[in-house]
Amino acid sequence: MAYRSYILVCGGTGCESSHADKIYQNLKNEIEANKLSEQVQVIKTGCFGFCEQGPIVKILPENTFYVQVKPEDAKELVDEHIIKGRPVERLIYSASDDKNRKSVIAEEKDISFYQKQYRIVLRNCGMIDPEVIEEYIARDGYAALEKVLFDMKPEQVIDELKKAGIRGRGGAGFPTWMKWNFTKGATNSETKYVVCNADEGDPGAYMDRSTLEGDPHSVLEAMTIAGYTVGAQKGFIYIRAEYPLAISRLKIAIQQAKDMGLLGDNILGTDFSFDIEIRLGAGAFVCGEETALLASIEGKRGMPIPRPPFPATHGLWKKPTVINNVETYANIPMIILKGGDWFASIGTETSKGTKVFALTGKIKNSGLIEVPMGITLREIIYDIGGGIPNGRKFKAAQSGGPSGGVITEEFLDTPIDYENLAKLGSIMGSGGLIVMDEDDCMLDIAKFYLDFTVDESCGKCAPCRIGGKQLYGLLDKISQGNGELDDINKMEDISLAMQRASLCGLGQTAPNPVASTLRYFKDEYLEHITDKKCSAGVCKDLLQFNILKDKCVGCTVCARKCPVNAISGERKQPHEIDQNACIKCGECYEACKFQAITRG
Amino acid sequence: MFEKEVAGIELSAELNQFISEWKEKPGNLIMILHRVQEEYGYIPREVALELSRILDVPLAKIYGVVTFYHFFKLTKPGKHIIQVCMGTACYLKGGADLIRDLERLLGLPVNGTTDDGEFSLEAVRCIGCCGLAPVMTVDGEVFGKIKSDQLPGVIAKYKGN
Ligand SMILES: Cc1cc2nc3c(=O)[nH]c(=O)nc-3n(C[C@H](O)[C@H](O)[C@H](O)COP(=O)(O)O)c2cc1C
Ligand code: SF4
Ligand code: SF4
Ligand code: FES
Ligand code: FES
Repeated sequence: MAYRSYILVCGGTGCESSHADKIYQNLKNEIEANKLSEQVQVIKTGCFGFCEQGPIVKILPENTFYVQVKPEDAKELVDEHIIKGRPVERLIYSASDDKNRKSVIAEEKDISFYQKQYRIVLRNCGMIDPEVIEEYIARDGYAALEKVLFDMKPEQVIDELKKAGIRGRGGAGFPTWMKWNFTKGATNSETKYVVCNADEGDPGAYMDRSTLEGDPHSVLEAMTIAGYTVGAQKGFIYIRAEYPLAISRLKIAIQQAKDMGLLGDNILGTDFSFDIEIRLGAGAFVCGEETALLASIEGKRGMPIPRPPFPATHGLWKKPTVINNVETYANIPMIILKGGDWFASIGTETSKGTKVFALTGKIKNSGLIEVPMGITLREIIYDIGGGIPNGRKFKAAQSGGPSGGVITEEFLDTPIDYENLAKLGSIMGSGGLIVMDEDDCMLDIAKFYLDFTVDESCGKCAPCRIGGKQLYGLLDKISQGNGELDDINKMEDISLAMQRASLCGLGQTAPNPVASTLRYFKDEYLEHITDKKCSAGVCKDLLQFNILKDKCVGCTVCARKCPVNAISGERKQPHEIDQNACIKCGECYEACKFQAITRG
Repeated sequence: MFEKEVAGIELSAELNQFISEWKEKPGNLIMILHRVQEEYGYIPREVALELSRILDVPLAKIYGVVTFYHFFKLTKPGKHIIQVCMGTACYLKGGADLIRDLERLLGLPVNGTTDDGEFSLEAVRCIGCCGLAPVMTVDGEVFGKIKSDQLPGVIAKYKGN
């Protein structure tokens, strides 16, 4: 170690938004003021994953893990921890309900959130400064590229991926070695392309974003390996314009790799040349679909085209094209370095390696996690996620976003892999994992996703364009209390038609949230239709708030809380709600300390 | 946030420079539109016309692309842009309530701009800080775990600035 101590400050988007940059600056200033710059290095890293507890600061070599740090804490951290060698207890993570709670938990490895995780993709996130290529190289970065260029033939790379058994992490789970092999074998053109799908359209997921922000070189290295393997000279990263930090880190990384001869002409002095360009998406979910994405890189409207022919042979500008997801790529350098057999030793029979999930929703420890395939949802939600907050009950978890479905209580112990999730009527998807509790209405969730897919349908084919609208219309009708029993059959018919006849994955999978909630929560649909009730208290048209005269003490709290002044009454007299004015926000219901307000 | 006015069809030197760098590259249109929107905050009609001429693509094609992608705007946004996340994580934690309250506070519908041109309100999809849900941003600054009663304070911070 060149330095006596390292202070790692999270520079992920979550922590940045809570002033991590100021913390970093303040720490640097404190270190300088104490003339410690020679001994202590302050580094800004990618996301640690535990975004819920951010901003995160970690100090090495002690591995002390500080949470919810504020810019004003910088002085104390330097004075106490760095200079006097005393950890600042008040900033150490100590979730009172963490199962592993000793007195205080000073190290990551002792925190439940991290114990069941296994990091391959996120190996460098929270470890290195993503804007300094030397730090990536110091952790075996670009060693896989070197190995491939000097010691491996393209066939051997493909063999290694085959042994590893890695499947695409973008959603469909197609074996990566097969894709690469098709493109490698394509003879219709000398010009070939490598494309990285960083469109990350699932609303409520940020795996790819964090990987690119925290370790951009791992993706550049893998794309270059892909270029060598399939015989391409040019790569494109298609990334959402909504991810400015990831874009800026990618730009820096590309420039640094070029400066070091790891990208560009004659890489590492060989006769292999490869260049990577960034192309920005512009907020269209369908552009995550591979053929639409390629159309978008070509500068056109992002409309899918029927496959076959597949991009592997007729992709970008009709040339053979390998297209993979960010996470798929991030695995590859490790597979090359440690071997396919090592990778295949992790996971289940059909699904190897790990999966990164963005664990969000009604969960205590929301954040970014990487777990071995085959882990159960129970372990993810209760051991890593710390369970459901506010004493509420778990209801379901949605994987696969708008293309996926719900997993319910009774399947909490199913090992998670591609096949098992499909059997349950959901999909692995790209990694969004949203936890819902008893306050969430399943019909409303289905409606939320349908609203999304209807809005995002490119409109090219009728089953998706028209079917989606009708499905949404029926859900809306039921949520307003106008549903009829026959609507359920109608929804099933429309779903089937969309699944069978839509042109691309968007339309084919759009009915999944409806089909899946109908499968597991039919009672809830029936309740809305026959009883005109929403027990979760979400569908506003079915709600009514009332004040119980005999319980109301006239404290006026509700009247003061009501944003539209719908509550009237004299002090110490029973209050009343004007039903015409009430917008059903529920503020009064939450605020009343005497349980005098009913929701029905 | 965007100081640039549409002065005739005179493009800035930087924009012209960018366009000439990209002019010959295949698939350049979307990248150039991003650059235009970065400068003006939207895609002004005069600039679209000018692009059509410089790049030699029909105006209809440019509009076809601009209207297909949610990110591109055809009207000038307010001085401060408020975005409320309506991604799944934020929706579950009350994103829709934030929108409702902001609509009321600002007196404008979602996707609208206040009459004085000071604020625009937009609903957006996941901005990647789901751990902090519900999330909103003003001119790119992120506010996480935001509650309704904090909204007036956030607006006051920007009003008149
Ligand atoms: C509507 C739709 C949206 C998609 N969105 C994404 C996405 O955001 N990111 C992604 O990597 N793949 C997405 N895919 C999957 C891609 O089409 C493609 O399968 C993937 O990029 C292949 O990479 P992989 O084999 O590494 O998974 C989407 C597919 C569909 C049908
Ligand atoms: S399924 Fe939907 S998104 Fe896909 S091509 Fe058809 S209309 Fe477009
Ligand atoms: S539900 Fe909301 S709007 Fe209706 S009375 Fe209560 S506080 Fe007022
Ligand atoms: S952004 Fe800092 S821990 Fe995720
Ligand atoms: S869902 Fe709102 S930030 Fe991701």
